[in-house]
Parts: sequence; structure tokens; C-alpha cells
Amino acid sequence: MMKISGFWIGIVLMLAAGFVLAGVADNQFLFFAGYVILQGLIMAVAWNVLGGFTGYVNFGSAGFFAIGAYTAIALHQFAELPLLVLIVIAGIVCGLIGLGTGYLTLRLRGVYFAIATLAMAIVFESLITNWDYVGGSAGAYVITPAEVPFFDSFIEMMFILMLVLSLICVAVSRYLSMSRMGRGLASIRDDETAAECMGVPTLRLKLISTTVMGVMMGVAGAPFPFFVTYINPLSAFDLLIAVNAIAMPMIGGTAVWFGPVIGALLLGTIQQIVTVTISSELNILIVGVVLIAFVALAPRGIVGLFQDFARKRREGGK
Amino acid sequence: MDANGRLLDVRGLTKRFGGFVALNNVSMHLNPRERLGLIGPNGSGKTTMINCISGALFNEEGSVVFRGEEITGLPAFKRAELGISRSFQIPRPFRTMSILENMLVPMEYAAWGRVDHATHEDRAMEILALVGFQDRAQENSGNLTQVDLRKLELARALAAQPDVLVSDESMAGLSSSEIDEVLEILFKLNERGVAVIMIEHIMRAVMRYCERIYVLDAGQLIAEGTPEEIQGNPDVERAYLGE
Repeated sequence: MMKISGFWIGIVLMLAAGFVLAGVADNQFLFFAGYVILQGLIMAVAWNVLGGFTGYVNFGSAGFFAIGAYTAIALHQFAELPLLVLIVIAGIVCGLIGLGTGYLTLRLRGVYFAIATLAMAIVFESLITNWDYVGGSAGAYVITPAEVPFFDSFIEMMFILMLVLSLICVAVSRYLSMSRMGRGLASIRDDETAAECMGVPTLRLKLISTTVMGVMMGVAGAPFPFFVTYINPLSAFDLLIAVNAIAMPMIGGTAVWFGPVIGALLLGTIQQIVTVTISSELNILIVGVVLIAFVALAPRGIVGLFQDFARKRREGGK
Repeated sequence: MDANGRLLDVRGLTKRFGGFVALNNVSMHLNPRERLGLIGPNGSGKTTMINCISGALFNEEGSVVFRGEEITGLPAFKRAELGISRSFQIPRPFRTMSILENMLVPMEYAAWGRVDHATHEDRAMEILALVGFQDRAQENSGNLTQVDLRKLELARALAAQPDVLVSDESMAGLSSSEIDEVLEILFKLNERGVAVIMIEHIMRAVMRYCERIYVLDAGQLIAEGTPEEIQGNPDVERAYLGE
């Protein structure tokens, strides 16, 4: 019981901190940077539900993100619906695509599944590039309101929105990993055949996993056009989005729900600092180097490093 | 159980892989609490048979009836829920989990509807004690030795609270004293009311353990009987040693 309440206190504190920051800070860049970090966090948490908990590597994260963004654009062109409605619909659309991806796991496992997701993202990119209604390769503009109710600025509202969405995603991911379902997903990751023979409904759990991943990525992508005000296929299907979604959980640790959170906050913050102080090109280089270093030296991420450290201390103390 | 008092009834089962007939019209049955042996030379269809029983493969013809209920088309996880459990020839532990967590997977899935959830850990520990793992529950399953992996494999299959346990070559590659250890475990779990289908090449173990034996050769059932009858059967001798 203590642990559960501790988590929810943390969630409330994070939310409160966000609102305090919104009330106090004048520097708009803080909200801009915060938004980007939180967007990465949702993507990382989403990737980890399938990649970390279930053991299916998705290289096509940018595809889900972009479909989320373009669903919002298409609906915005069609009728100027409220942003929250766009986010919900984008989540549903990407959830359905995620569900479809889940059926791929019937035939494709391991590296073949990963290749299929990558190919899927490319297919989606060429479809969007040739769809004039959402701007095609020229892209689309979104006019954002100059004033928004309750907030000092639009970007401040977007930051709080992203914060709320991230906290929801983290709570869902934590629930998935700590419930009975979490053990089922882990058994699929470790050995799918054995899991099935131990009574785990592997297909159903995989479908839930891919769908949750899709919904979260769609939700992360939907506000993006309003955040950047201009979107084209190149920026929505940006390779860096997919790479970050993998790098953040790998750096934090994929086996537990807080791994991608740690990874996203750490890597996301470093990227923002480097972008501002040095250059935005270097920031891409840093992701690559850090990712390779972790995969080679600490495959279980920062969480794994701490666990090893704690174990050594415990054994040393005996 | 069905009308004949049989726990498991395989009727006229045929399984093909492309043009190759792995099992041809094979019928066999298992009585409640029975210790049944399934033997035959390599490639005779033993593993195919248990894959068709456990749901890892689906048979083209014939039917599998469990406790009077037709289960032929059911996926493997449903059959596990009904009470058919198996161990694998090559151990397949959940490597990132501890020994205890390995036990909790079948408890929380296969046995979920049949066992009081509050007793999961106690039951798991009780089964672990049966295989001698009572003090090792927190150990990582990824680092176990071969014989320990076999024991975990059986313990985990038992954690599904089955009525039938299919033991697929649980003793292959083990030393003589290790074979006795595993046999001891199989005797103990049979005493708890679990019927066992043993697939094994180690004749000493099969003859000692089983009450009744089926012999497969090239996808055909060639003999059935007590260990004594099987040992004296000329067809069996021919299948194993040739003309």
C-alpha cells in the first residue's frame, strides 16, 4: 500500500511542480524545452511497453508519431475541433494501427518484426507525402491562438498538456508492468512458446501491448503540429524521433516502468542543453554515442547499473 | 473424465508436415493418476504427439478429448487452463525471472481460475520444496545448471496445477544419480494425483516408472502394454534394433 500511495503522491507533486513553473517562469524557452523532453518521454514509455516489457522491438516509432500528428492535421483541416478531441482521435487511429501491428507478431518475431515496423513507417511516410489534403510534401501550417484561457501563453498550455499526458502514460505503463499482465508480458519476452504452454494468452497480451504502444505514440504526435505550427513529412517522420524512442529506454533500463522515464529525462535534458549551448547537430551525435555506449557496456541501462551496484554491496557486506 | 473413465483420449490422430506423415491414425488414452510411457526411436512422432496434445501443433484428423471434452481446436494456453501441462525437452525457463517468479507465471495464468490467488506463493514454495529449491526461490533462473533447469521445468509445469503432466525427455543427458533425482520428483508428483505421460529414451527410467507403455515407430502405434510385455515384444525389438 505504501508504494502505491508513494507513486500517486509523486504524480501529484510532478503536476503541481508543472503548474508552479507555469505560474512563476517568464522564460518561454523553458516550456518549449520541457515540451520536447516530455514528448520524448511519452514516446520512450510507449516504445518500452512493447520493446521492454514484451520484447518486440519497434523501429517504426516515428511512423506512429507522424500518423498521430497527421490525424490531427487532417481533422483540423476538416473541422476545427478542440485539441483534446484531436488527441483522442489520433490515439484511437494509432491504437488501431498498433493492433494491426500486433497481428504481425503471429508470423514475425525478433529481427523480422523490427524490419516490418521500419518498412511500415516508410510506407506511411510515402502515403502522407502524396496526400495533398494534409499538405503533401510541402507540409501544412497551423495557426495557433494568440491567447488561451487560464494560461499566460499557448506554449505554456501545451507544456501543461504534455505534462498531464506524460503522467497518464507513465501511470498506465506502471500499471501494465506491475499487474498480473506485466508478468505475462515478461514471460512472452523471455520465451513465448513456454509462456503459451503455461496458460498465458500470448496473442491477446501482444495485441494489448501493441495497441497501448500505438495509442501512446499517437497521443504524443497529435499536439506536435500545433507545437511547431508547421509540419511536413520530413519533420514528422524524423529518424531522430524513432532513435530517441529506442535510446531513452535503453539508457534508462527497459525491464522496469521507470527505466524509460529516467532515460527520457536524462537524455532529453542533455539534448536540450547541448542544442542551446553548442549546436543542434551535436545533439544528434550525442544520442548515437550514448546509445552505443550503453548497448555495449550497460545493456540493462542505468537501472541495471544501480541494481548491480546494490547487489555487489549486499554481497560484499555479507 | 469421459464415460470410459479416461482422463485423456486421443482418437485416430493424424498429423502431416507437408507430404510427410508424422503420425498416422494413432489412438491412445490416459487414465486418471496413471503413469504412462511413450517410447519409440528418434523421429517416431513422440514429440509431435505431445505437441498435438498440448496444443503447440494442431492435428489434421482425429480428435483429442480431455475429461470428456473435445479440445482438438483449442490453443495451447486454453489447454493449460484446463489442466494439461508440459515440460520441454530443452528447458525453456523465463530467464530474466527468479525461480519463484517462474513459478508464478503458470499460477497466475493456467491455474488462475482454479486456485485461491492469496495462496499462490505458498503453493509455489511447496512445489519448490518438492524439487529441493526451497532455499533458492530468489535465485535467477538464467544461471541454473542443466539438472536444476530440468527440475525447474517440472516444478513450473506442476505449478499450473495440472491433471496431466507431459514430461518430454526430462532426463536426457543427465547422469545416473541425477536421473534418480528427477524420477523421485516424478514419483512424488504422481502421488499428488497428477497423471504423467513420460517421453523418454532412458529405458531404465521408463521401465521403472511407467505402469503402461505405448510404442511409436515411424508415426504408427506398434505396441501397447505393461513394461514387461513391452520388453518381451518382438515388434518393439525390431523397431529399436532393426531386423
